[in-house]
Amino acid sequence: MELGIVAFVLTNVLVKGLLVGFVYAIIALGYTMVYGVLQLINFAHSEVFITGGVVGFEVFRILGPSPMNGYLKLAIALIAAMIVAGFLNVLIERLAYRPLRNAPRLVPLISAIGVSLVLQDVIRFLEGLAGRFNLVYVLPDVFTQRAFGVPVPFSTAIVPVQGKDVIVIVVAILMLVGLTYLVNYTRLGRAIRAVAQDRTTSGLMGIDANRIISLTFLIGGALGGVGGVLFGIFFSKVDPYAGTIPGIKAFTAAVLGGIGSIPGAVLGGLVLGLLENLIGVLNVFAQVPALGFLKSIGAEYKDIGAFIALILILIFRPAGLLGRNTTEKV
Amino acid sequence: MKKIGLSTLVIAGALSMGSSLAQQRQTIKLATLSPLSGGQSDLGTQIKNGAQVAVNEYRAQFQKLGFNLQLVGFDDQADPATGTAAARRIAADRAILGVVGTLNSGVAIPASAALAPSNVAMVSPANTANAVTDRGLKNMNRIVARDDSQGPNGARYLVDTLKAKKVYVLNDKTAYGEGLASEVEKYLRSKNVAIAGAEGTEEKNDFSSIITKIQALQPDAIYFGGIYNQIGVFAKQLREAGVNVPLMGGDGLDSAELLTIAGNGAKNIYFTTVAAPLTELPAAQKFADAYKKAFNDNAQGFGAFGYDAAKVVLEGMLKAVRDNKNKLPTRAQVQTAIRANKVSGLLSGTVQFNSVGDRREAKLYVIKVNDQLKFAPAGSVDVKAPRQ
Repeated sequence: MELGIVAFVLTNVLVKGLLVGFVYAIIALGYTMVYGVLQLINFAHSEVFITGGVVGFEVFRILGPSPMNGYLKLAIALIAAMIVAGFLNVLIERLAYRPLRNAPRLVPLISAIGVSLVLQDVIRFLEGLAGRFNLVYVLPDVFTQRAFGVPVPFSTAIVPVQGKDVIVIVVAILMLVGLTYLVNYTRLGRAIRAVAQDRTTSGLMGIDANRIISLTFLIGGALGGVGGVLFGIFFSKVDPYAGTIPGIKAFTAAVLGGIGSIPGAVLGGLVLGLLENLIGVLNVFAQVPALGFLKSIGAEYKDIGAFIALILILIFRPAGLLGRNTTEKV
Repeated sequence: MKKIGLSTLVIAGALSMGSSLAQQRQTIKLATLSPLSGGQSDLGTQIKNGAQVAVNEYRAQFQKLGFNLQLVGFDDQADPATGTAAARRIAADRAILGVVGTLNSGVAIPASAALAPSNVAMVSPANTANAVTDRGLKNMNRIVARDDSQGPNGARYLVDTLKAKKVYVLNDKTAYGEGLASEVEKYLRSKNVAIAGAEGTEEKNDFSSIITKIQALQPDAIYFGGIYNQIGVFAKQLREAGVNVPLMGGDGLDSAELLTIAGNGAKNIYFTTVAAPLTELPAAQKFADAYKKAFNDNAQGFGAFGYDAAKVVLEGMLKAVRDNKNKLPTRAQVQTAIRANKVSGLLSGTVQFNSVGDRREAKLYVIKVNDQLKFAPAGSVDVKAPRQ
């Protein structure tokens, strides 16, 4: 096997892995923030996020024929998805989690799974009214054209990067920076951190915990909405059931990075994206004589490999890559 | 006077008897079992609507024999568990004497097993997996060719017509996709054509690692055993990455949704299908018009085969009624009649089943997505069932 081909494959893994990793990271933040304040795994987040994807599809569909600037359409799609997904998440918290706040921990977990199933079929029903199921994004041409290429070392080949890939990275980084600022440097962020640390005591300090929890769900849901739009743009299609698998992967990313930790969720997403893409291409190296045993590790092992990595990391670092057993968490 | 009075009485009596006969007219139901919601609902609805067109045609004929004919559509969501549950509901409705379905082999296998004890005959317009009839159930029939014909003939097309020397083979890890892919691999190996890679994937969104491998290994054709909603996304990402070699698949690609999902990426996709494009069926124009009129939608291949399958079931019912001296036949009688019957004049020709329910002579069609993003016929082959 030529060195050039190996370099081409690895460069591709790096580029595509980072891209998909950023999408996972944005979704993972929703899990990690809610876990931070409530110690609840919000299994409905996968549907909140796909709701954002559906809203994004609708915006691009409705604005499709208009001559409006593509980036303006993107901004409208992102904002609409943030609003809808954010308030949906607040509503879910109000209806399905708050009444169960003092119940044993398993109870809200079950209601989260229930909400997730209900939402899937509500979306299916609503889009089904218009006879749609596979929601294919109608993107402006600038998004799908090649923006630039990443040169492959030891080779003349380049890995093409499309406009939409750049959008995914730029939007994701903006969101991450914004969130970090919000949590670390604003009054609201301090209140969120206080509630995460100790809800009762923060109440004594005059913080309305219910309001802060609602706001946390709003922010987490809005991030999920952005994640949904990015997911739709990146993979070109969403459907009512498409949230489950990426939701589980984003949750995995959150645990991998250390659930409750914001930088952890980002790192976890990136590591997961890279690992998946690396394991997905392993059997191409079976041509190298010493690596013949890789032949049977086909693309179907992509997910299994990522989860094995998760188990290994949790054995050696139970709190995740960046998780600390301190009280500083959101 | 008295005489006249009597005859009036007789006539009145006869009339009232006639009307009470009409009230007691027994209902015979034909059920369809296909995905009416979810990712494959496009194909499943075609089957149901095609069967509805047939039922509309036969209604008068059944009425003459004193039966009300009705169609009931069941949704299997392309899911074996849902399909089996629906099959149990079908078994419980004694008025259902036959079933047209299913779309997915994976659903047909458990559903037909669930219907077998109550002798409800199924005629599938779409199931190609070998196991569907190889189990030898009395109630399971199909009017399409088998996978063991679709795989080798698809592969033969890749080698003979598209001159492929190095093929990358993928499957979707379902009974259907894996069956197709393994038949293709077997044929390619027998012709000494290189297999660049062979793997399965359940992935629906992110095909980047597979595409990377394809770019590295540079096959001159790709075969993907799977369904349009997965392959559509794959094709789109494949073409966006700059790989334009022919992509071939089975009849799971036979849906207009493929073009919607893949967009420009659909160019240069080929597939074998057991359901002919309507243009390949000389008699289909009348059916297409009736379909359009009834549902305000264009009939596709599976609609025509849903229609044919429904006719096979209905002809079987009529034969059973005749054999039973115009009385309501039992389910077992209908089941035997369908298997033994020979129905000619269908859109796809003559249907006659062998001992296990395979159609003795079926056809396989190759379709290509042309540069105008339209399905264009690219040939057909005759396929004989392995057992006659």
